[in-house]
Amino acid sequence: MTKFMLLVNYDGGVVAEPMLSWSPGDIKAHLAYYEALNQELTASGELVDHQALAWPETSKIVRSDGRAAPLVTDGPYAEAKEQIAGYTVVDVESVDRAIEIAARLSAVPGPGGTPTQQPIEVRQFMDGQTVDL
Amino acid sequence: MPRAGPTARPSVEALLRALAPQVLGTVVRRSGGFDAAEDAVQEALVSAYRHWALYGVPANPRAWLTKAAMRKVVDRARSDHARRRREELAAASPPPGGSASGEDDTLTLLFLCCHPVLTPTSAIALTLRAVGGLTTSEIANAFMVPEATMAQRISRAKQQVKASGVPFQMPAGEELAGRLDLLLHVLYLIFNEGYTTSRGEGLYRVDLSAEAIRLARAVRERVPHDGSVTGLLALMLLTEARRAARTTPLGELVPLAEQDRALWDRRLVEEGVALAVQAMSQGPTGEYQLQAAISALHDEAATADQTDWPQVLALYGVLEQMTANPIVTLNRAVAEAMVHGPAAGLALLASLDERLAGNHRLYAVRAHLYEMLGDVPAALDNYRAAADKTMSLPEQHYLTARAARLNAAGPTRATGRIPQTSPPRPTQTPSREERLATTRGKPFGPV
Repeated sequence: MTKFMLLVNYDGGVVAEPMLSWSPGDIKAHLAYYEALNQELTASGELVDHQALAWPETSKIVRSDGRAAPLVTDGPYAEAKEQIAGYTVVDVESVDRAIEIAARLSAVPGPGGTPTQQPIEVRQFMDGQTVDL
Repeated sequence: MPRAGPTARPSVEALLRALAPQVLGTVVRRSGGFDAAEDAVQEALVSAYRHWALYGVPANPRAWLTKAAMRKVVDRARSDHARRRREELAAASPPPGGSASGEDDTLTLLFLCCHPVLTPTSAIALTLRAVGGLTTSEIANAFMVPEATMAQRISRAKQQVKASGVPFQMPAGEELAGRLDLLLHVLYLIFNEGYTTSRGEGLYRVDLSAEAIRLARAVRERVPHDGSVTGLLALMLLTEARRAARTTPLGELVPLAEQDRALWDRRLVEEGVALAVQAMSQGPTGEYQLQAAISALHDEAATADQTDWPQVLALYGVLEQMTANPIVTLNRAVAEAMVHGPAAGLALLASLDERLAGNHRLYAVRAHLYEMLGDVPAALDNYRAAADKTMSLPEQHYLTARAARLNAAGPTRATGRIPQTSPPRPTQTPSREERLATTRGKPFGPV
């Protein structure tokens, strides 16, 4: 089995409106979709971890040369849409399965139940086996 | 369920693990259901950890576990309101003082857990639990997944076994050879999982390689005359023997040629070599026997330069005939280079471009051979390609460090682009090939 991190960012896919402007019912459906998917992945023995990260404006950027006090500035410093919002780590038989799960994440419903098609990045863990060299 | 921890004597744990499959076999026979039996035995093991740590090991530990597990099976049937079933089970309990029949179901259980209906991952998890006697928590920890996830994996594996209607009995006749191959493959996969250096050595993390060796020994005890079984055990021992030398204290990889052989486990080497020899005489030669023989040749050499490369080359040739595996050809290219020079090895690699396209190992071997040849830019290009593609972090570090070393020592064509002119001649130290040329013909080192 191989581990992959599936990264979600703030690119809303085909949905332009921020979640604040959705109906409460739509927000609930959105969260329920994620919850159901996580339960399914736990039941299948594939879920390793899933986390949402705090809002980027709360993030800090830290720079240090190891000697002077570090320089700490408020984040974000990358393009807002590309900020990581959260991640799911899965342990699966193949990259195809990781992609399949990523597709499920991408299809999470937005306003009116429309699938958002949010872009999900699939990154493999570098915990691969080594061989005698 | 937490383990007994550092206060539990290791012998209690070893005893429980050894008894687990035997107890499970008995309970399956008496209760007729693998799924429920496995859960019950698992619970009984957890009870035993607690009780025996506090009150000591009972006089008949196997009977204690069997009774505890049977009680749990009955309890479950009780809660299932299957009254007639309860009575059947109660009637099947052993008379007081009587021990189990003494029959050994370890092998039968192994065959069940390694059934073709299961994916390798499921088979591994189920084998470690039902036959290895590990707790779900220990297995989860070994594979670095949450306990709930591993519990589900095991549960689904058991459901698959149940749904497939596999009987609890030894495969027979024509089926046996194929089933045994699959069983050995699962053990090999478990061994390799333990061989991954990127996982840290946790305080209570189970050593999967040791577990695989233990299970392979159990198989060999019961199937002593099969060359594949003996060969696999030999291969595991010969590989495990080198473990201490494979990484530096900082976790950096040390290639075989540079390992401090004084750190190799002599006893494992001796046992592994003896088994490799024995395996070759046991029936038709298979892959495990050949790989063990190759490993034995490496482990027998007192220094890397004393490795019997012509014999290694010959064995890879035989192995290649037997399998279509391009990785075997890759390894043969290394041996080819050691015997006939790097150009010969590189020529062989050319035939692999299609079959191993994008595979980091192809680039890593090619880089190494270009380095041998003295073609620094080509070597650097390939080290870079290999480092980009590998999924092993320690390997990536190793490849990068090797490239950096080469870059610093070699001629200053720092861009690493493939040169339009002829490759630079090696400068400072003599190439590996040149060193080999002077040592070839020396008597083979001490056995």
